[in-house]
Amino acid sequence: MIKNYFEIIRAGINTTFQDKGRNNLYHIGIPFSGAMDNRNFLLANKLVGNKLDLPVIEFAYQGPLLRFIGDKISIAITGDIIFKLNKKDNEIDGNCYETYQLDRGDEINILSTNKSVYGYLAISGEFDIRSQWGSYSINTKANIGSNEGKKLYDGQKINISKINLDQDKKRMDYFNSKIENIRVIKGTNFNYFSEEGKKKFFEKEFTVSKLSDRMGMRLEGPKIENIINTNIKSEGLLKGVIQVPADGNPIIMLSDHGTIGGYPKIGVVVSADYDRLVQIPPGSKIKFREIELSNAETLFKLYEMETQNLISQI
Amino acid sequence: MIKNISNLGDAALYCDFGTEVNKQINSEVIKYFHTIKKKEIKGIINLTPSYNKLIISYDLRVTNFKEVEDKIKNLGINETEKIINKILQIPVCCDASFSLDIERLEKKLNLSREKILENFFDKEYFCYMTGFIAGMPFLGDLDKNIRVQRLETPRVKVPKGSIGLTEQFSNIYTFESPGGWNIIGNTPLEVFDSSKEKDPNLINPGDIVIFKQITLDKYKNYND
Repeated sequence: MIKNYFEIIRAGINTTFQDKGRNNLYHIGIPFSGAMDNRNFLLANKLVGNKLDLPVIEFAYQGPLLRFIGDKISIAITGDIIFKLNKKDNEIDGNCYETYQLDRGDEINILSTNKSVYGYLAISGEFDIRSQWGSYSINTKANIGSNEGKKLYDGQKINISKINLDQDKKRMDYFNSKIENIRVIKGTNFNYFSEEGKKKFFEKEFTVSKLSDRMGMRLEGPKIENIINTNIKSEGLLKGVIQVPADGNPIIMLSDHGTIGGYPKIGVVVSADYDRLVQIPPGSKIKFREIELSNAETLFKLYEMETQNLISQI
Repeated sequence: MIKNISNLGDAALYCDFGTEVNKQINSEVIKYFHTIKKKEIKGIINLTPSYNKLIISYDLRVTNFKEVEDKIKNLGINETEKIINKILQIPVCCDASFSLDIERLEKKLNLSREKILENFFDKEYFCYMTGFIAGMPFLGDLDKNIRVQRLETPRVKVPKGSIGLTEQFSNIYTFESPGGWNIIGNTPLEVFDSSKEKDPNLINPGDIVIFKQITLDKYKNYND
């Protein structure tokens, strides 16, 4: 039997395996994790003909340079990504949302994300990796998940345990829309902030800080003044929760967030905007817009319907 | 009793049990937590009990706020039912190499090392919640004589197994992690075992913990 694997020539900045995430573990301090941009995770799997919940390779900014050793395999890359394929005789500029077949020795060179943060690489098959607590997702801060909870590293081999026989060429047209206005539901501590602070929160621009990662997105901009208490008794957090610590700079909790925290919650990003929120790169300007729960539920239904439509078109 | 239910974003219920931090309120939170967990209500994907809040998050593709709220309001909680606690003994060594902040405590509390440890050991502490880092228990209440604020500047690395004190609580660092609690000792016991697929954490909300002091010799040979 021929062994199939990828050699990681260059791992990239933050390259991990991710899937749908872990449930039912918040109460012991284990966060959800999972692919940051869920829609692009699903589309990557669908393009290569996989079950939609299989783990894929997630990368941020600069992705990996991988050499494939083995039989033929198909790959697809989703997101807004600049990448090349180095085949035996030629170099191809890759298109996202299109499958490519790799032969022994071919290389995928994921150069960068384009005005976005995360991208996904799926293979028509399965990586030989171990799951932990129902998910393969890697949380590098807590060392949880496959690959011993660590990022992929230079020189590492990624074994492939199974390759699908069906590797039909597939492609789809998809444009990753961007958002600058993030829709938010008022948080449970909204009234901890001054009238001026609340106004600033919904009217002024904030800049995404370089200190953002899979745990959280830090923002810089007008300081939000707290008039009651800059701490609350520690309580649960969720992805999308916007906390404002004593320094007045909001932090949005993202998929690898700590499960409890003690800063007042000014708002929560609506579920429909999460996939696009995480794709906003540092240095970008964003604004928050308040909406009601019922509108947020409708928006999510529409977003989910759109995702399902996209999946069914492939 | 839940005093108020509101939404935290569009995919979670925020159940408020009050503002104080005490065992009585926390026991209520834990009772709800256990009851809801057992019922396996459709769409609920996570429960986060804390001192006086319970956050219930759900999959918005499966259910919504109104549906989950109705189910929680009609749980039929048995108000008089007692939660069954596990009682756990945790061995702790307070050798100088482990008790990183004992001198600070002596100064802040104006108590000798011996008095501080005497006040700390062999008492029942209640696990209010676990989290922050995987498996870390928040245990209380400490004797009023040994309550201190956290460090002004948190440590970049607190060793795994460290036992920390802050205000009315004690905790156990299940991993090496940054942290600002006053460290008085270290346990050789694996409080969080990430190799276990089921129940990786030893201490759960509602459990009772008793710290037992051990010698350095015993500490070193503990896992043999």
